[in-house]
Amino acid sequence: MTINTSRRGFLKSAAAAGAVLVVGVRPDGALAASGSPSMLTPFVQIGSDGSVTAIVKHFEMGQGPSTGLTTLIAEEMGLTMDQIGYDFAPSNPQVYNNTLFGPMQGTGGSTAMANSFMQYRQAGAAAREMLLQAAAQAWGADASALTLQDGVISGAGHSAPLGEFVEAAAQLDAPADPPLKDPSEFRLIGNPDVRRLDSAAKGNGTAMFAMDIERPNQMIAMIARPEQQRATAVSVDASGAEGIKGFIDAQILPNAAGVAVFAETTWGAMQARDAISVEWDTSAAETRSSDEIEAEIRAALDAEPTYNVNGADVAAVRAAVDGADTVVEETFYFPLLAHAPMEPLNCTIEETADGGILLHDGCQFPTIPHGAIAEIFGIPFEKVQIKTVLAGGSFGRRATPQADYQVEAALAFSLTDRSRPVHLVWSREDDLRSGYYRPAFGHKVRVGLNADGSIVGWEHRVAGQSIMKGTPFEAFAIQNGVDHSSVEGTVDSPYQIPTAAFGLTDTEKATSTLWWRAVGHTHTAYVMEVMMDMAAKAAGIDPVDFRLAYLTGDGPDQTRKAGVLKLAAEKANWGNAPEVRSQGIAVHKSFNSYVAEVVEISGTPEDGIKIEKVTCAVDCGIAVNPDIIKAQMEGGIGYGIGHNMRDQITLTAGVVDQYNFPDYEPLRISDIGEIEVHIMPSAEAPTGVGEPGTPPAAPALANAIAAASDLRVASLPMDENGVSFV
Amino acid sequence: MAISLKLNGKDQTVEAEPGTPLLWVIRDELKMTGTKFGCGVASCGACTVHLNGEPVRSCQTYIEDVEGAEITTIEAMSENEIGAAVQQAWIELDVVQCGYCQSGQIMSAVGLLSENPKPSAQEIDDYMWGNACRCATYQRIRAGIQRASEILEA
Ligand code: FES
Ligand code: FES
Repeated sequence: MTINTSRRGFLKSAAAAGAVLVVGVRPDGALAASGSPSMLTPFVQIGSDGSVTAIVKHFEMGQGPSTGLTTLIAEEMGLTMDQIGYDFAPSNPQVYNNTLFGPMQGTGGSTAMANSFMQYRQAGAAAREMLLQAAAQAWGADASALTLQDGVISGAGHSAPLGEFVEAAAQLDAPADPPLKDPSEFRLIGNPDVRRLDSAAKGNGTAMFAMDIERPNQMIAMIARPEQQRATAVSVDASGAEGIKGFIDAQILPNAAGVAVFAETTWGAMQARDAISVEWDTSAAETRSSDEIEAEIRAALDAEPTYNVNGADVAAVRAAVDGADTVVEETFYFPLLAHAPMEPLNCTIEETADGGILLHDGCQFPTIPHGAIAEIFGIPFEKVQIKTVLAGGSFGRRATPQADYQVEAALAFSLTDRSRPVHLVWSREDDLRSGYYRPAFGHKVRVGLNADGSIVGWEHRVAGQSIMKGTPFEAFAIQNGVDHSSVEGTVDSPYQIPTAAFGLTDTEKATSTLWWRAVGHTHTAYVMEVMMDMAAKAAGIDPVDFRLAYLTGDGPDQTRKAGVLKLAAEKANWGNAPEVRSQGIAVHKSFNSYVAEVVEISGTPEDGIKIEKVTCAVDCGIAVNPDIIKAQMEGGIGYGIGHNMRDQITLTAGVVDQYNFPDYEPLRISDIGEIEVHIMPSAEAPTGVGEPGTPPAAPALANAIAAASDLRVASLPMDENGVSFV
Repeated sequence: MAISLKLNGKDQTVEAEPGTPLLWVIRDELKMTGTKFGCGVASCGACTVHLNGEPVRSCQTYIEDVEGAEITTIEAMSENEIGAAVQQAWIELDVVQCGYCQSGQIMSAVGLLSENPKPSAQEIDDYMWGNACRCATYQRIRAGIQRASEILEA
């Protein structure tokens, strides 16, 4: 298996292979083949040499779509996984749009498999049918008597490799509705032995990440930035950098947001950036501190919310809570969080022979930088190309509505004569201090319980900085003023809570807010699941039984959520932890998947907590690649737990206090014990796995801590709020 | 200044200013991209290479201090018995996600197995602590090291 990540390579290999069959869809969504490739979204390309290449329209940040989408094609074409390769699709939103995002090509919201599952299977099935048809014609046989298996077409007394029929198949029309395999015939979908296609290259140093791109004669650019967001550069004195080996030039960016420092090498650029001096205009700069952000959010929680999200009769809900036998209440606070993907942000930009622009990028939302670059250089959209390469993680960071780092690269490049490609490189400090964060949020919840311990009223207020307002996503994300991403996971929870009111107040944006793995669910799941736990405790009812009482409906939302809750509890031996250990549980639906997690700890908050084990149950519909799903749960759990243990971004007078990993300590191997993942068997359509593992992890840990100690951690991170870890 | 060293078994002379981190000599000058930049301050392990057989953070190892030393990078790990076993285990268990930290993880894992052929889970945690993985592949790293140990024993 070869990983062919070069678009030129892809086109070349197509040419070298002689005849080629390309199958995909037309703009109207109908299946189509070779004939007019420009009108076609290719999903699979087959050469007469028998090579089969899946064209993957989602970028790879580790979540596995290159393996996943390739699996779908291989399944329908009866191939083994080593008979197929893949290539990343070029940037073309008309052709490779995310069917769940509208006319936009991008990866996010855990949608890669959900929006590709049928498309890629249909393309694979159409290719199979066309090859069988071509073979049937050649052999004078009936196509229904032939089969394609392991790259060989056989039947009616004949047998030949599929490559022999590519030329003839390419003359045929694609079938409108090719038969898809029945799930009982799946050999690859759902097979836990299917391996990742990128493991070998990522283990021997040959995988090419954006950081590894080296274009002929390229320069490195780093950006000198102001301490405070929205300060602007007035003048630069680069004399300090003269004499630094490889230093070329330092110039203020056209938007004055920083100073581009050009050098022959990365090390030269780093040293030169430190050596120049820049005068900044701070008159419009951010000056708030995170304490002020927190105070604003806490004040908003004490006031009547701006939006009544579920149109509740708030007075009636309040009366129900006030009149209850027991009232359980808590106020929560969630700080700013950075994404900190392992590969610092970077991309390479160059001019093409025809005066266009080519960007090499681990590109999450190609459509946004594509348009931004066309505008900066005043060239037509078609003259911009984006070559997507491997991304060393993202967690949402590579998809900003402003295309922040790609725009920076383009602006830096625009300062040059464009004769040399420019590779923009960020340091870890640039990354942690860039201003793009999971916004700070607060929740205040009051739950009324009657004498038998059931909920009679739930009043819930949310306050924080909207992510979607002021972005191109506003149109579909905001309804009646409510940014759904601020409240997702509360008002739409599958829990059947009677007499509930959900209110939202937007607070002022102090930083550039950005989705962060699981978006609003990063705080809403914590609040919902800690409140359920507190209510269960107050009611004297087991936390699993207490939750199940609100999942009694027979709708899929309730049965699937209850299903994973029971499965996780059973597998974790819920309630029977060894003497010295405590368990906590949480369950949450996000991105149409249902995940329950049990965290088992030892120790106490004073002497130090150790996370011994996490047991996870996930229902994400049909499990296409079970081992990748498990890996995503493991990673999602680590991401949720690590940040909530000890990370936060804070500001002092508008200046970010954190610089590098020592101030934003990543989860370490010693922080977390064994993780066991169980996948719920399902025949439902596949749903997301990249994000849904994250939301329940921290509340399950918080609930375990409460079980061990009576300490309720309602403000995060935990280690700043009374919990030590060993 | 000119520095002579042995890189992946080959004698090499590089031209670099004193104070230049080995990481940037490897990436910028020698154009070998398997060794990664993650933090630059010795706190993530993405840049781990072997210096005379011992894992070091190349971002905080200065070129003038490695005159005459033997440097080994991920690119040469398949030629090392332990390295090949770790790589095989990594593939068997699909340890990687984004993969960006994994060159460094493997270099450290080889360092561990070189001095301790059968590490316990606790010993793995203690040794591998400095190699961060933002994708949190830790449980598979632990299993991968134990699997490599088995492969080597066989
Ligand atoms: S780059 Fe050297 S330890 Fe992070
Ligand atoms: S695999 Fe992504 S950082 Fe380790």
